[in-house]
Amino acid sequence: MKSVLESFSRRRVLKGVLGATAVTVGLPFLDCFLDTKGQALAATGQQLPVRFGTWFWGLGMNSKVFVPKKYGADYDLPEEIASWKSIREHVNLFTNYRVLLDGRPNICHYSGWVAIRCGQAPVERGKLPGQSLDVTVSDAIGGGTRFRSIQMTAEALPRDSYSFRDANTINPPEVSAHEMYTHIFGPDFTDPNAADFKPDTRTMVRASALSGVSDDITRLKKVVSQNDLARLDQYFTSLRELEQRLALELEKPAPAEACTKPGALATEEPPLDMSYVNIGARHKLMTDVLVMAVACNQTKVFNMMWSESSSNIIKPGLSQGHHGLTHEELIDEKLGYQPNCHFLTMRAMEAYAYFIEAFTKVKEGDGTLLDRMLIMSHSDHEFAKVHSVIGIPMMTAGKAGGRIKTGLHINGNGGPNTLLSLTVLQAMGLSVDGFGGGAMRVDKTVSEIMV
Amino acid sequence: MLFGSMYSRKYVLAVLMAGIVASSPGYLRAADVRPIEVPTPADARLISQDQFKNVLSGVLGEKIKTAMRFAPVPRVKGLLAIGASSVTITPAQFAQLEAAARAIADQVADAGHRDYLVPCTAPANQTAAQACLRKFYSNVGRLLFRRPLLESEVSGYTQNALKFSQLQGGDFYRGLASSFVTMLLAPDFLMTIERTEPDTAHKGSVRLDAYSKATRLSLLLWNSYPDEELLEAAEKGELHTRKGLERQVTRMMSMPQLENGAEGFFKDMLKFEGFDQLSKDPTIYPEATPAFPPEVAQSTLLTVIDHVIAQDADYRDLFTTRTTFVNGDLATFYRLPTSNPLEYTKIQLPPDSLRAGLITQLGFLAEYSHPGRSSPTRRGKAIREVFMCQVVPDPPPNVDFSGFQDPKSVSRTARERLTIHRTNPVCAGCHKVTDPMGLALENFDGAGKYRATENGASIDPSGELEGTKFSDAAGLGKILHDSPTVTSCVVNRLASYSLGRALNADEGAWTAQLLKDFASQGYRIKALLQDIALSDTFYAVPQPKSQLDAPKYTSLGTAGRAKQPKRTEGATS
Repeated sequence: MKSVLESFSRRRVLKGVLGATAVTVGLPFLDCFLDTKGQALAATGQQLPVRFGTWFWGLGMNSKVFVPKKYGADYDLPEEIASWKSIREHVNLFTNYRVLLDGRPNICHYSGWVAIRCGQAPVERGKLPGQSLDVTVSDAIGGGTRFRSIQMTAEALPRDSYSFRDANTINPPEVSAHEMYTHIFGPDFTDPNAADFKPDTRTMVRASALSGVSDDITRLKKVVSQNDLARLDQYFTSLRELEQRLALELEKPAPAEACTKPGALATEEPPLDMSYVNIGARHKLMTDVLVMAVACNQTKVFNMMWSESSSNIIKPGLSQGHHGLTHEELIDEKLGYQPNCHFLTMRAMEAYAYFIEAFTKVKEGDGTLLDRMLIMSHSDHEFAKVHSVIGIPMMTAGKAGGRIKTGLHINGNGGPNTLLSLTVLQAMGLSVDGFGGGAMRVDKTVSEIMV
Repeated sequence: MLFGSMYSRKYVLAVLMAGIVASSPGYLRAADVRPIEVPTPADARLISQDQFKNVLSGVLGEKIKTAMRFAPVPRVKGLLAIGASSVTITPAQFAQLEAAARAIADQVADAGHRDYLVPCTAPANQTAAQACLRKFYSNVGRLLFRRPLLESEVSGYTQNALKFSQLQGGDFYRGLASSFVTMLLAPDFLMTIERTEPDTAHKGSVRLDAYSKATRLSLLLWNSYPDEELLEAAEKGELHTRKGLERQVTRMMSMPQLENGAEGFFKDMLKFEGFDQLSKDPTIYPEATPAFPPEVAQSTLLTVIDHVIAQDADYRDLFTTRTTFVNGDLATFYRLPTSNPLEYTKIQLPPDSLRAGLITQLGFLAEYSHPGRSSPTRRGKAIREVFMCQVVPDPPPNVDFSGFQDPKSVSRTARERLTIHRTNPVCAGCHKVTDPMGLALENFDGAGKYRATENGASIDPSGELEGTKFSDAAGLGKILHDSPTVTSCVVNRLASYSLGRALNADEGAWTAQLLKDFASQGYRIKALLQDIALSDTFYAVPQPKSQLDAPKYTSLGTAGRAKQPKRTEGATS
């Protein structure tokens, strides 16, 4: 094994003098980070990045009290989304789209969200037909920050993540707001607005130590089979990601005018149960940490899960969780929907409103953080009681740096949900002219929202 | 896998079995009549979360905190172990591993722990420091990489430690820790990369090299990496002899780490990840606090491991046992006193109790229920899938629940509510195989507490399974105890777990032999583990079809190997 310092230097990841401050390598912003209007951040002359995120909730909605009657701008807010009052101008709602199964089974609580994220319905549970679209976006824009993406689950379930390269490479979620805070704003955080900056010797040593691992992988790659080679390639890719992250930490970060390092979380981690109250409390804490993580340029991609697709969130006092209720709760004849399911979906939409609004409260450039973001949201079903994948509700929030119009209710007229998936990819600056497979393959976008 | 594409079913490994005659009594007599088997590909796989913890606790000592949450692994064909065979390290996970590696390395070198592993104190000069570092990396690296380190590796870690020390104010221990991070993140540690070598006894054939063989063995029996003694046996070639292998297997079976091995299997088979999702409505079950899920998980694990390892009892008795483990919280559910509420105590439930068997204990009952009520369907489905290895299909997406929604219904018990499951032909296809078993457990509510009635109505727990009628949960347990489906299930699961892949149809003869031995040896899991550990199939690898396919990654041999320093106490665990 060669000296790691020698090999580190030779690979020219960093040029500089260890122990001193003259570290010069920077990772330039890619074009797709930039907003289309070329608005520049006055303080630095650098243009602001556009960020992407997803927000997921399980078990759909009750269309009678969720879907606005009016399409276009100033859409009405039925009871189930009444909490959107303060965010409606930032949110596009997409209804009347459908998942086309191509003769494949409608796998309950699975086919719908997989088709939206991967572009095609799965053949069977556990077999994902491709990577999730947030990973596609992250591959294009996720570099240049400490975290390529951040996943969170308000339900605190370690297996809850719909962000994946493939079925075997799932991005693990943060399950605790406090752990998430420490990961992002703990000892390894560098305040981008700090007046003084000196590269941390410990970071240099960390980078050098990683270089030794890189040599080990390179050695093994020469001798293993094709199957194992692919896995070592992924190992190597993951290592390189961290190396690039450390390289960033060794140079003075670009100032981030909206960044203020949050203090340690004032409230304790909510209890680990499935009560909507505690899940809501965790969701708020995680949202608050995430907003500053984005404002401080710690990540450009994130995925928040309010609940999993067959969620067991409970309304205390009922005998069943949300999933069980969707199937067994009576539809109230007068109301026309399931009251307790409605109650829990209301809580999800209130959480969504909190999430979106939180990004509007941070000023950045001549607008807000949300103006330079695009957050895509969707569920797994339309009406979970019958596992319907026709009419799964979807939303976008934010202007994506001026590329997206907001505040519209769009009628999909039965078109595939992937129309929005492709729209999102293009809005994020990816050079893709199609998305999905089979009947879900599309080469058009939702033109009504494109600037 | 090294030779997956060259896989040849025709290649017979009988040669590896020829002439093998078991010499020990008891468990060690089954492998002399092995049928022809299909080999397991020599492959590379990522270490699991539990293995990561077990290995580091064993090598670095129990006092080192090694908490690390791994990325989710898909469950394939009933086992995470199969899904784990194809997972990779994501960028997010690698970043977490690096943070964990730094925390672990810092602990190893800090003032409170360094005496355990670092073979020197404050070396006086560069020469002494170098010697100390070489010894440290050689000893620890040998256990983490499961082979002797090459000279280039030892000198690389040592030189880097010295340089890192200089960069950090001449702090010897910080240098040692920083270079140790490289070792903790090396694929040689985090992945089990198997190597093959020419089989000297059979020209043109290959076999697992001894170190890879030792790793397979220790992962099965200890869910951890080999200890020093097993590595020494590998180094001497003893694992390639029947006698040497038996000696090691016998030794390993007698060690406390065997419990870790059994835990690894049963946590996988019993779907322990489900406890992460367990949550009860505190307004309905106020006793089921947020501590309830980990407590019932622990109780289940202690009960199973005590039964199959400490007691070496008949696996089938898990379905009739009245033994369990409780702390103060759980004792209240059983309405029993406990001497030490803070510790888990082994207790015997009354002989006339309806609770007989694992499926009547809190862990199973609570995991397979709704947050606020029991679920005969979930419980029955779990019995079918977990203990009988059967697959119950998902419900149809357009399932009609109107039968449950009659506002005039006066159903008071689950049996009454679920009548539609049995009478509607669309539902009955699946529910007739799940509900009868689940209804037998209706004397226990959604949190597992006993109840004689539901909504004032008496509960009828009777039913029928595999043509035999039962009157209550204890009766169901007795049928499961006697069910050949249940015993063949655990044999197939353990065989599949040991190989890390689904069994092939061709391996039926192997599992049939295992099952036969399992029965003849009293259905003891320890016997089954030992049988597999001595099985040729367990170590088999695909064979090259031609010289062109000969292995390019072979055993290390002795070239370039670092001279092994004298072992230190801490590194021999």
